[in-house]
Amino acid sequence: MTDIPLSISDLTVAYHRKPVIWDIAVNIPPGTLVGVVGPNGAGKSTLLKACLDLIPVTSGRVEFFGKAYQEVRHRVAYVPQRESVDWDFPILAIDVVAMGLYRQIGWFLPVRKRHLQTAQAALDRVGIGDLANRQISQLSGGQQQRVFLARALVQQADLYLMDEPFAAVDAATETAIVEILKQMKTDGKTAVVIHHDLQTVRDYFDYVILLNMRVVAAGAVDEVFTNENLQKTYGGRLTLLDQATEAMRRREIKT
Amino acid sequence: MIASNDWLWELDGWIVLAGILCAISASLVGNFLVLRKTSMLGDAISHAVLPGLAAAFLITGSRHSLPMFIGAALVGIFTAAMTQWIRDSGKVDEGASMGVVFTSLFALGLVMIVRAADTVDLDPGCVLYGAIELTPLDTIPVGSLEVPRVIITMGLVTIVNLAFVIAFFKELRLTSFDTFYADTVGFASRRVHYLLMTLVAITAVASFESVGNILVVAMFIVPPAAARLLTDRLSVMILISAVLGTVSAVIGHWSAVALPRLLGYSSTSTAGMIAVISGVVLTLAIAFSPKQGLLPRYVRGLRLELSILRDDVLAFLFRLQERTPQAFASHDHVSASLRANSLLVRFILTRERHRGNLVYGESGYRLSSTGNQSAVNLVRAHRLWEQYLVDQTGMDSNRIHEHAERFEHIANKQIRDDLERETQYPKSDPHGSPIPKESE
Repeated sequence: MTDIPLSISDLTVAYHRKPVIWDIAVNIPPGTLVGVVGPNGAGKSTLLKACLDLIPVTSGRVEFFGKAYQEVRHRVAYVPQRESVDWDFPILAIDVVAMGLYRQIGWFLPVRKRHLQTAQAALDRVGIGDLANRQISQLSGGQQQRVFLARALVQQADLYLMDEPFAAVDAATETAIVEILKQMKTDGKTAVVIHHDLQTVRDYFDYVILLNMRVVAAGAVDEVFTNENLQKTYGGRLTLLDQATEAMRRREIKT
Repeated sequence: MIASNDWLWELDGWIVLAGILCAISASLVGNFLVLRKTSMLGDAISHAVLPGLAAAFLITGSRHSLPMFIGAALVGIFTAAMTQWIRDSGKVDEGASMGVVFTSLFALGLVMIVRAADTVDLDPGCVLYGAIELTPLDTIPVGSLEVPRVIITMGLVTIVNLAFVIAFFKELRLTSFDTFYADTVGFASRRVHYLLMTLVAITAVASFESVGNILVVAMFIVPPAAARLLTDRLSVMILISAVLGTVSAVIGHWSAVALPRLLGYSSTSTAGMIAVISGVVLTLAIAFSPKQGLLPRYVRGLRLELSILRDDVLAFLFRLQERTPQAFASHDHVSASLRANSLLVRFILTRERHRGNLVYGESGYRLSSTGNQSAVNLVRAHRLWEQYLVDQTGMDSNRIHEHAERFEHIANKQIRDDLERETQYPKSDPHGSPIPKESE
């Protein structure tokens, strides 16, 4: 069982006694691309943060590769939501990417030239190598998202947890991220990705978790990603109209 | 500049040095308060350390530094922890929870001081704005030199803060930028946070005697806030904030002591003046910062306005000569027709004449052959845009002129060619005016 990258059992998280997610139980098979799908407020981000010990958990157990998170931190990389940080922060793109190496560098020691070279290579890989020395506020939304992705890549983890990497990005960035996800799968790595666009779930992922406070369904996309399950997830309100408004909302942000 | 009888280096030198050390030590840690958007926490801690000081004072009965630092550091951490706790469990936002914590602690400290005032010598007024002027009076011999106690304390605090910022630069940057991510890569952001708060508390206590616990907030926040406007690099920002702090301390003391005398007034509070000067420095940074500054923004706006006006003038003359080939236009005619500021039009006409785009004749200006070439493309862009708007958006042809007027300024050759292709190579615009050929 130890090669299961992420195993969650009976996980419940509550804010002010109101449960946000409850009784989550799921095993992520190795080498898969997993989409986490659900309506706004379904607890998708909360699920990732709870797994990573970033917020207090009411009950439940989370194991990474059969061990506690603290023991296998180096095998797990997190890509936070882009909006979670202040992009006016005085820092260059390459310095953000180098943060992925801080653990390897250790406390007190400075970032050295070879670390910056690794960071540069990661930026090249996500296709924005020429923007390495830009201050991050000068990057577009999609480029900022790629900086975050590059930062996770330099960690050389086996499991990647990504919070809405496709939200409000341009088409080129979307393609770049999909390419990298495919490469990860080829390399036998696992990615758990929070995703909003129902239309692309089938194209991007092999495995899907339908979440609405609890796991409505989890499994291979072909078996689980059905209209019936989607209706359960979205409270039966998922009509074409909802899909369309969701798509519109995303377009709006993109422009 | 400095009147010799009002300025004695043996005294004023020490006072200025005390101000500089306060400013540098405070801005070193203050940068991270500003970047973490927890500037208010600096304010809160500097007030809240008061009961810690008073307690240390009541227990030991002396104003010895060490117990005071320990007391203050403990209360400082307590403030940061309480703020966090009230915010998490009291369902109030961070600002409100800080307000609750620091006013309560400050009040408690004040009560303790007043209670003790009968037996000990601690002045509540001094708590507010310090006594930097007394710096040279209380000295400790170091070798053959009598060094003020304040200088030694502040010097040590500055060194500690500098060492902290250098040693933890990477960690501070990571946790200030992205707290959650920092936790996932194994750098406990909470630990760095409390370490920073401890140093804020220690700096507040050390500066307390010199500048008081209200003005120290100005030193934590104002120089870093100004520095942030002047650079996009964190290390440079820290350096600039230290320099601005130093400048404020020097000018501040001079403005408090020497300047009023020169003007015939009596001298005023140095600590107050240092804070005032740093406020002035911030104002200057807001006005002149290269990116967001008001003045540079105004200049950029003016430049844009001029380049648009130039386009308009050339296009106007082109249309005029299109109708009446031999026409000249006077300055008044141009500014009246364009409804533009007469002075700006005068400037453009003169400048374009010097550049060879216009010629000046007996009754005004007309385009030269080079001027004609640039005007052709402008008018071409304008008319293509009009055609495009009618074709593609079905707009009414009497409403398109204003839009085209704006778009024509952002049409390079590529856009003009695309417009022409998309409108199927029209001969004339919706108003019937001919669309001129592209000129090289």
